[in-house]
Amino acid sequence: MAMLEVKNIHTYYGNIHALKGVSLHVDQGEIVTLIGANGAGKTTTLRTISGLLKPRQGTIFLNGDDLTKYPDHEIVYQGIAMVPEGRGVFSRLTVLENIELGAYSRSDRGEIEANTQRVFQMFPRLEERAKQVAGTLSGGEQQMLATGRALMANPKILLMDEPSMGLAPILVEGVFDTIVEINKEGTTILLVEQNALMALQVADRGYVIQTGEIVLNDTAENLRRNPEVQSAYLGIN
Amino acid sequence: MSTLTQPKLPTSERFSQLFGKYIYIAVGIIIVILLIGRIIFVARQESYPLSYWTFQVINGLVLGGVYALVALGYTLVYGILFMINFAHGEVLMMGGFAGFFALQYMTSIGWANGTALQSTLTIVFMMLAGMIVSVITGIVLERLAYRPLRGAPRLVPLISAIGASFFLQYTALLVFGAVPHNYRKPSVIDGVWKLGDSGIIISYTGAFIFITSILMLLGLFIIVQRTKMGKAMRAVAEDKHIAALMGIDVNKVIVFTFALGSALAGAGGVMLGLHNTVIRFNTGFLPGLKAFTAAVLGGIGNVLGAMIGSLLLGLLEALGPSALGLPTEYKDVIAFSVLVLVLIFRPSGIVGEVLSEKKA
Repeated sequence: MAMLEVKNIHTYYGNIHALKGVSLHVDQGEIVTLIGANGAGKTTTLRTISGLLKPRQGTIFLNGDDLTKYPDHEIVYQGIAMVPEGRGVFSRLTVLENIELGAYSRSDRGEIEANTQRVFQMFPRLEERAKQVAGTLSGGEQQMLATGRALMANPKILLMDEPSMGLAPILVEGVFDTIVEINKEGTTILLVEQNALMALQVADRGYVIQTGEIVLNDTAENLRRNPEVQSAYLGIN
Repeated sequence: MSTLTQPKLPTSERFSQLFGKYIYIAVGIIIVILLIGRIIFVARQESYPLSYWTFQVINGLVLGGVYALVALGYTLVYGILFMINFAHGEVLMMGGFAGFFALQYMTSIGWANGTALQSTLTIVFMMLAGMIVSVITGIVLERLAYRPLRGAPRLVPLISAIGASFFLQYTALLVFGAVPHNYRKPSVIDGVWKLGDSGIIISYTGAFIFITSILMLLGLFIIVQRTKMGKAMRAVAEDKHIAALMGIDVNKVIVFTFALGSALAGAGGVMLGLHNTVIRFNTGFLPGLKAFTAAVLGGIGNVLGAMIGSLLLGLLEALGPSALGLPTEYKDVIAFSVLVLVLIFRPSGIVGEVLSEKKA
């Protein structure tokens, strides 16, 4: 059985029908990527899964439990954490406070401390800047912080929304290395990316979304070889 | 935070913008020179002895302490909801009345003027009663007057707040009547210290009010800076959606914020009662506005700013009239002139940040 199962969700912004029956699933231990153009509905899909948007129709199951019945702030307790688009760090709080807030849903101090150490090990830069206000970090460091913060919730599945957006090419490599590393440590990942080339290199499977509908769904390798995908998203003619 | 690029304006408008800025600066300098001149003029006449000034400084600090407690309610709520809770002064008034009835009860059983311990317990009981009633008022206010309007344009909850303010004031008028109710000080804080022959006098009540407010401000600071709830408050103030992603129940945090601000206002109401020795249905109105002024002066939305702004406003009110050679009745004029001047010259307040587009 799939770990995360999204079935036929319809999400609206006011009267705008943004998701027109999106279905996808993510299995335990996978990296799955959702690629598509600007405004295709990638972010909307993640926001719907994480509870920030309520679908008008459809269901989202995590290990058989329907998530749509929970209010937005209880989704993280079910095992879903998100690295939001544009990173969304609390810029007036310190790096350490941001990380502590990532563990807001947990109460075991010992485990939280161990987890903090793991995040600092993964991103030594964050430890150096722990006392600094997050707004003073560079874009790459903020991305590390947003990722570390999400990991503090010890999620079963991590949703990542455009982690490479706005970063220098040299940093983008680092972001994808991190994604692979997190996945190797046992966290399942659903990755939304505009950088389809990189995303399909690290992912096991992929979905292509177009104007609110899933139009393609295959292994990452097959998608990479698909001529349509190549011309539309990979810049290969 | 997005960087705003200044749109290119036609030359004439750019000129008027620049010119307007210089006018502001010029007017500001003229005001400062006039004020300093007046102060020097008054000071040379030596109308007041030193003991008078120290008395006024102490008075100002006491007043500032109370303002700070109230101003924090404005600033905390503003920080999270970006609305001015204009009914906050009435929350203070409700606390003041609760303290009054607590005092009446304690007087009737003879504790208010009993042994030192009984009298101290009377004050504790009054403070608790005031805080509890204010917290209830604040939470009900949030639930009935503000929450249904969440997401409405920002003017709407503001109007609702003014309506709630009138509602509470005139309900109090109906229930408690228009006559002032006398706060008779419990014996333990009824009295003064005289410092030698200097003529400096410190009232026990003043000392009690100042020390208690400082302790409560410290407590609040610790709650906001150190506790999990405080961190959640700051996270919600910055971004409600991301805060929800962390598992923070935004509504719970908002209610907690109202409760915290109201508790401080309730304590302020009781202290104000002890300070003024009377309480009426409209007791909260003016201190509410003054505390709002103090919050703006410090930089609304900023906890430290509210504290600094309040102490400053308290001192300005206490010292200002005498320093300018005016009757003390002018203290309100001074307080609100400060509000106007701050809004013109430094809308972000003493320690306030410039508001980003998102907030404004």
